Amino acid sequence: MKTSESIIIMDQRKVERAITRIAHEVLERNGGPESLVIIGIITGGADLAERLAATIEEIDGVKVPVGFMDINLYRDDVNYNPDQPVIRRTEIMFDIDGKNLILVDDVLYTGRTIRAALSQIIDFGRPKSVQLAVLIDRGHRQLPIRADYVGRNIPTNFDDNVDVRFAGRSGIDEVTLSPATAKAKPTKKAKGVKG
Amino acid sequence: MRLASRHLLQLEGTPKKDLELILDTAESFREILDRPIKKVPPLRGQTVLNLFYEPSTRTRISFELAEKRLSADTVSFSPATSSVKKGETLKDTVRNIEAMKIDMVVVRHASAGVPYYLTQCIASNIVNAGDGAHEHPTQGLLDIFTMRRRYGKIKGLRVLLVGDIRHSRVARSNIWGLKALGASVAICGPTTLLPYEAEKFGVDVYNNLDEAMEGVDVVNILRIQLERQRTGLFPSQREYTNLFGITSERLARLNKNFTIMHPGPMNRGVEITNEVADGPASVILEQVTNGQAVRMAVLYLLSGAESQDAKSKE
Repeated sequence: MKTSESIIIMDQRKVERAITRIAHEVLERNGGPESLVIIGIITGGADLAERLAATIEEIDGVKVPVGFMDINLYRDDVNYNPDQPVIRRTEIMFDIDGKNLILVDDVLYTGRTIRAALSQIIDFGRPKSVQLAVLIDRGHRQLPIRADYVGRNIPTNFDDNVDVRFAGRSGIDEVTLSPATAKAKPTKKAKGVKG
Repeated sequence: MRLASRHLLQLEGTPKKDLELILDTAESFREILDRPIKKVPPLRGQTVLNLFYEPSTRTRISFELAEKRLSADTVSFSPATSSVKKGETLKDTVRNIEAMKIDMVVVRHASAGVPYYLTQCIASNIVNAGDGAHEHPTQGLLDIFTMRRRYGKIKGLRVLLVGDIRHSRVARSNIWGLKALGASVAICGPTTLLPYEAEKFGVDVYNNLDEAMEGVDVVNILRIQLERQRTGLFPSQREYTNLFGITSERLARLNKNFTIMHPGPMNRGVEITNEVADGPASVILEQVTNGQAVRMAVLYLLSGAESQDAKSKE
């Protein structure tokens, strides 16, 4: 939801460029696409994971396996949240043992989502490495977690709302920042736990 | 998202959106059963009591595994080795076990209404695992889940329940759940095994199996409760098999692709023949696997839902 005060911090071209740069960085660091698997965190990381894989395919001509992971069952607040999260389907149709696993999410915030994702990955197998790629790093970490690939660092207040919208491969991409004061919606709090 | 109720007692009256939330969540949980480590953490720290006053293989093991796969602690109770033998009442039994800090109770009992009664005695979330001839909601849900996976949707599906409908809690849960989701349901069996005023369920009633199977997608075969055979409800097993048994000859004669289901335990050679039970149309073992996903979904969705009383006491 966009309010009049929300600021567009990345438009489609900037998002495209960030994904292309991350794809090159991933390939450079891992010496090519052969050892890679990509897992996007549902829901925000799913589109980005597909886009990253498509970009890698454009660059190197190799289809990297893409999976999707719902991390809600691994959250640390599952028993504290009165409004239970809806569980979506995790789809990892390949072996992750010995692979360089690129974990993808849209916004890195408190780090708790990534902690949950790491716990879940360990239950699926033993990758050679796990590397984190995010489009936005907005700070405010509550756990010792950092990203390996960042589209853009954005200083935010804790209560601000960062909204990433992917509209498919040809549609409009947009990252907007809604300052805390501009939003009086009760959804803000729920969003604030995310990340 | 939360279910409207903090207990699962029956499918009758359960809102459509709650049935769909359970089925959708079960779809997500189904995938966990194919993982190398079939265990996820959401019920960590919660304790579930399995209170089975009646014998059970599938349902009890299915619930126990579902609980363990959600990382709950479980305790199981069977009356034969408990103080029930010394005359302790149901109410005292559960209140004493709950005093040891139980969060959820899965209950099976020969008397209809026991799960509801427990909601009046204790504060835990209650899951009905079969009460008398009333309902067996998780079995109904897993049957519906299996049909939905096969056909993609329930709306418009034509389902026939065959056999002892009168004494079957599985039949009742099927009927209520399927009708709420828009399937059309028919029942077929000897009149002595059909409920009185069966039309009031809103189902088509048949005594002739070939007629009943006309235009049907799913045939859900209910167990003939052999322990009732001597009570004169049907003359002989052989006659029952001839008139109501699902045989490969019958399937060949009707020449249509049915999905054959059975909640178990099967009386092979009575209501279903070996060829059908183990044949290509049968999804009987798929039902059993799906049952775990459905029970995991139910336990997950009910977990942590507190009663209004408990909240106001705080």
